[in-house]
Amino acid sequence: MSNKISVGHVHMSGCTGCLVSFADNYGGLLTILDKYADLVYCLTLADVRHIPEMDVALVEGSVCLQDKTAVEEIKETRERAKIVVALGGCACYGNITRFSRGGQQNQPQHESYLPIGDLIDVDVYIPGCAPTPQMIRNVCVMAYLLLKGNDDQKKLAAEYLKPLMSLAKACTSSCGCDIMDSVINQGLCMGCGSCAASCPTRAITMQYGKPNVDREQCIKCGACVSQCPRSWFSFDVVSQFEGITDAINGAME
Amino acid sequence: MVSDNFLGNYASVVAARSTDKSILKGAQDGGIVTQLFAYALEEGIIDGAIVAGPGDEPWKPVPVVATTVEELLAARGTKYNISPNMQLIKEATRSYGLDKVGIVGTPCQIQALRKGQLYPVGLRDVPDKIALAVGIFCMENFPYQSIVQLVEDHANTKLENVTKMDIGKGKFWVYTGRGASVQLPLKITHKYEQAGCHVCLDYVSNLADVSTGSVGTPDGWSTVFVRTKNGGDIWAKAIAAGCFETKPMDSVKPGLDLVTKLATEKITKNQKTLAERATFGVGKGLRNPYI
Repeated sequence: MSNKISVGHVHMSGCTGCLVSFADNYGGLLTILDKYADLVYCLTLADVRHIPEMDVALVEGSVCLQDKTAVEEIKETRERAKIVVALGGCACYGNITRFSRGGQQNQPQHESYLPIGDLIDVDVYIPGCAPTPQMIRNVCVMAYLLLKGNDDQKKLAAEYLKPLMSLAKACTSSCGCDIMDSVINQGLCMGCGSCAASCPTRAITMQYGKPNVDREQCIKCGACVSQCPRSWFSFDVVSQFEGITDAINGAME
Repeated sequence: MVSDNFLGNYASVVAARSTDKSILKGAQDGGIVTQLFAYALEEGIIDGAIVAGPGDEPWKPVPVVATTVEELLAARGTKYNISPNMQLIKEATRSYGLDKVGIVGTPCQIQALRKGQLYPVGLRDVPDKIALAVGIFCMENFPYQSIVQLVEDHANTKLENVTKMDIGKGKFWVYTGRGASVQLPLKITHKYEQAGCHVCLDYVSNLADVSTGSVGTPDGWSTVFVRTKNGGDIWAKAIAAGCFETKPMDSVKPGLDLVTKLATEKITKNQKTLAERATFGVGKGLRNPYI
């Protein structure tokens, strides 16, 4: 028990879909909770009322600036967690809450929402709407290895998490336009189609080998540009795909 | 296991071709991709494969999920323009309902696949359902309009009459059904290359389970690298089943030296392009994706 890391799930203005994704590791979630992590806080699943100290906070949802409790909670999360993870498109990039503009009963003044990185420092991003169970699983295993592993495991975990930490440092906004701005416009697109596959709303189609983004259909989750191999690509990590996959599968047995 | 700076990690490399005459007829080289997927499909190792099938315009590939040998046969032959095969990687596990997905791709597409397996952002349930990734050698690719320009203008040949295109022996070759062939010097083709290819640091699909290409072996044969444990298992079973005829690489001409030479040229040239991007502007550079 003492060798596990403590993990909390903090629910800001989210839809709980990110937590469902975590749960969609099925038996894998139980393995994570058995071997690697104690879930010390999660209003959906446990009766702990206030944000405790934790190694890793998985934060889903964005923050409503007109909701005092929400603003206090995100600050408390930063104070009490060693590693803050923005879990999902809303926490990372605002996602659908980017379109909020108030005027609805019974809090018509609740109009401004920001991704958590605009209010606190965030260590790791797990983008996606919804984020994938496999990515959440990988980050949990790697966070455990980073905090509790031997030197080799710490090194591997740090290498694995590095791009996700770079994403957290880079920015708090994303959308299909990034595929144009930072990939095609930069002379980097080679037409693989990963962006189109990863888009949850099918806003991207491939035309003559290049992505075409329907910006009215884009919900600003940032999945396309995160999945794009010409957005970021780590030869150090990806070249070890066979060993890393075996290690993660082994950890989940 | 060999670990080569330019050819990647591999367990073995051989010259090979399919033993199935119906596959070889219409295959670009030794029919390796079609044969390997056909075998894997029949054995239940995969239940479908994403391949570059025929599109709505001549010589324009469209990614398809092939679940029959007939569909695999229809995808034979190299189309020298972009087929975004990764586009179907999630859909193959959704409406197609596949549990064991095969995919063929250029080196960049195999890189995209492996990134997607390790960092699945929008690819839920995809990582564990990849059963066989076959990579092809790739020096560079072209947009569709570049192929129209090269074949119809430079080679003065109607695209619908073309039966095969090939880049080899320093030339771009265009063959027609009535026996004519036109060859263009490669220097004509350079300006038509896809820009994104110029930062690519992989020639022989280093991250595939099995990778294959034309360079290194005689016409009608392919060079095959067997790389991962998974690739090794499937390749060994296919050999045991009599799917392939093989020869040791050092018994064929021009052999592995030429593969190494071309890989070194590609990677060295593109590393230079990447370095130049860093100082492309005045006090400003272009983005480097390789963090």
